[in-house]
Amino acid sequence: MTRRALVALGLPVVLVATWWVLSAGSTSFFWPPLSAIVAAFPTTWTADPIAHDVLPSLARLTAGYLVALVVGVAAGVAIGSDRVLRALCEPVLEFLRAIPPPVLVPVIALFAGYTGSTTKVVTIALGCLWPILLNTVEGVRSLDEVLRDTARSYRLGRLTTLRQVVLRGSSPRIAAGARQALSVGVILMVISELFGADRGLGAAVVRFQRGFAIPQMWTGIILLGLLGVALSGLFRLVEHRTLAWYRGLRQAEREV
Amino acid sequence: MSTTALDVRNLAKTYDGHGRDVEAVRDLTFRVDRGELVCVVGPSGAGKTTLLRCVAGLLDSSGGTVHLDGVPVTGPPAGMAVVFQEYGRSLFPWLTVRGNVGLPLKEKGLDRPTRAAKVDAALAAVGLCDSADAHPWQLSGGMQQRVAIARAVAYEPSVLLMDEPFASVDAQTRAELEDLVRDLWQDLGVTVLFVTHDIDEAVYLGQRVLVLSNRPTVVLEDVRVDLPTARDQLRTRSSPAFAAARNRVYELVQRAKQGHRPLPRATGARAMSTGTTAEG
Repeated sequence: MTRRALVALGLPVVLVATWWVLSAGSTSFFWPPLSAIVAAFPTTWTADPIAHDVLPSLARLTAGYLVALVVGVAAGVAIGSDRVLRALCEPVLEFLRAIPPPVLVPVIALFAGYTGSTTKVVTIALGCLWPILLNTVEGVRSLDEVLRDTARSYRLGRLTTLRQVVLRGSSPRIAAGARQALSVGVILMVISELFGADRGLGAAVVRFQRGFAIPQMWTGIILLGLLGVALSGLFRLVEHRTLAWYRGLRQAEREV
Repeated sequence: MSTTALDVRNLAKTYDGHGRDVEAVRDLTFRVDRGELVCVVGPSGAGKTTLLRCVAGLLDSSGGTVHLDGVPVTGPPAGMAVVFQEYGRSLFPWLTVRGNVGLPLKEKGLDRPTRAAKVDAALAAVGLCDSADAHPWQLSGGMQQRVAIARAVAYEPSVLLMDEPFASVDAQTRAELEDLVRDLWQDLGVTVLFVTHDIDEAVYLGQRVLVLSNRPTVVLEDVRVDLPTARDQLRTRSSPAFAAARNRVYELVQRAKQGHRPLPRATGARAMSTGTTAEG
């Protein structure tokens, strides 16, 4: 366990140390020494910016992500369960997925305005939707026929079949989509804030850059990176608990 | 009438395969009385699985009727449980053994203590008390099939359908599971329709063996197995009566493979009537 932790931390430690050493004597205005950035961190991210920049960003990310999760899974189950619906939807889905979500920001802003939270939540939700939706469709579609027959022959009701068979059975694929969506969501959270003059983590980075507060700008970027790591760690924790059966099943299949 | 558990009449199934119809089952008629253990054998591709899926209400037939306890089967009926061949794929891998056995009972609306008692009893009956909290994929193939049998038994069906349940387990496990089915059948008084391609298994297990023709399937012969109720892998299988029944069934299956069909008069008449139903 400690060995694994050391291996995992090895490269980050080396990279940070390299940055620290190489930037130590830097006099460049745009590349301040890492020591200066670290020193700026506690004074930059005090209670006030956390309340006004970090928390709103996280709230929008959470809202957009949850909307995408609910809509994506619901639509994915519907499309994945019905062959006709799938044949109708698939070309459209492929097209919509191919549109880069950031390009939607100006469009959505036309309707919902640049400054409010709505544009940002909608942008995040639209971006997160596709990986979740497409993976759910695939997960539901590839559900074992024998499991479906079993559910039918034991007369499991629609709700039980949905919850206990369809959703549980496709949960590994849903989780794979949700993991992709999480990184898309963080990216869109920042991008959606770059456009508006509203507060938020992305807005803060732009604000610092425009105010020539370069070390502060760098702290914002580092904070975003740390946030991404923390969110993916949280995701893996949830996944680890809910998909324990899937890991066991895969391992058992490998041993045969 | 009331002694008949399962009544299959003129069952027919034609698969619609993109403009080319495949007639899998032409005309199957048989009855299974309450408490009977009947085996179905036939050459490979004889439509055994089609028959079972139609009887289970998982597949719509093209003609004929299936009655369970006098009620026509149009979808999966409440009084029927199915044990599938693919045990690994019919158990829910995200549920424990207990969860798998208990899920249909929960759906029936039984309360928690009743459920727990039935699950425990069923697991005890198949000898799996110790594995109740394991997941199916932690168990061997034979044990997984025991879980599937426990789930079927706990459901307390009026007819238990088994679709080549032991086709993919090793010979020793297979013998154990065969005895388990005999024991459960005797102890619980459940009616069993057991589909298999193994002639020895059919004779060893069944009171009657229905031999199917090749496709399109009809019942070639209904063979009564004259063996004592108490059966034993060693003695029963080496007894002259077993050999006689086995030879009889073997001969019939060989004839079925060569395309032999029952008396043309009966088949012709039935085929015609089925043809009309399928078209109409």
